[in-house]
Amino acid sequence: MLLTRRTEWPAWGWASPFAELERMRRQMEQLSGGLSRGIVDASSAGVFPLMNVTEDKNNYYVRAELPGFKAAELDISVTGDSLSISGERKLPVEDEKAQYHRRERESGKFSRIITLPAQVDTGKVDARCADGLLTVVLPKAEAAKPKQITVKTS
Amino acid sequence: MTDAESKALQAKEKAEVSTPAEQTKPGLVFTPAVDIFETDKEITVLADMPGVKAGELNIDLHENVLTLDSDVQPPEGAKEVDVIREYNTGKYYRQFRLSQVIDQAKIDAELKDGVLRLRLPKVEAAKPRQIQVKTA
Repeated sequence: MLLTRRTEWPAWGWASPFAELERMRRQMEQLSGGLSRGIVDASSAGVFPLMNVTEDKNNYYVRAELPGFKAAELDISVTGDSLSISGERKLPVEDEKAQYHRRERESGKFSRIITLPAQVDTGKVDARCADGLLTVVLPKAEAAKPKQITVKTS
Repeated sequence: MTDAESKALQAKEKAEVSTPAEQTKPGLVFTPAVDIFETDKEITVLADMPGVKAGELNIDLHENVLTLDSDVQPPEGAKEVDVIREYNTGKYYRQFRLSQVIDQAKIDAELKDGVLRLRLPKVEAAKPRQIQVKTA
């Protein structure tokens, strides 16, 4: 009787003694985290603000949730392929006789640099902050845009 | 370290919450961070709700239970593909039970830059009154 056994060990030897554990840990996290997370585990030690980067054919879009910030309080700069955002949140001082029941919002400084997958056209970057959501549109540099190549038959 | 130096803001993941009633459309629901404080005249609730527009926010006060409920549209366009995703977008929902009696007609809500400022004035009778003790 032929016994087939499926091995999942990499054929090229021990890449790392912990590679198998890492794979199992990730599987357990996916099972326990549930379908609602569906993201990489990078945010467990994240830097403020958490950002989402998306792209389409011509642009990169970087979004960050920054409640309470006005456009003038943010300092945004772009270089080549990295975007730097910094600012400070100051919570307005309320009545000094106020009695706080809950205090969950924080104030403080932040500064973050994020590197994009390709170069962008720094002259045409557009940033807008509305309703506490910052959206930065970075057009890709010409060299980074995908080019269709026609295949000739003869 | 001087006190005048601001500390750095820490990244906090958005806290998901399960609402008492199920949603009609599937999606994530988060609980917004709030500051609540009280003065003699009113209770003020400040909630961080980035990405919420004034028309999408429902505030309800019913039998001393205050409910903040908002719908948030995902800001990404249809053709956009994720490169990095560190946070998700979803509705905001939070309920509070108020111990004081609130004058419902004078509630004031203002949503600016993603921060909701909700002022709930107390009913006249609930304001503390100093009673003078007369010496005969």
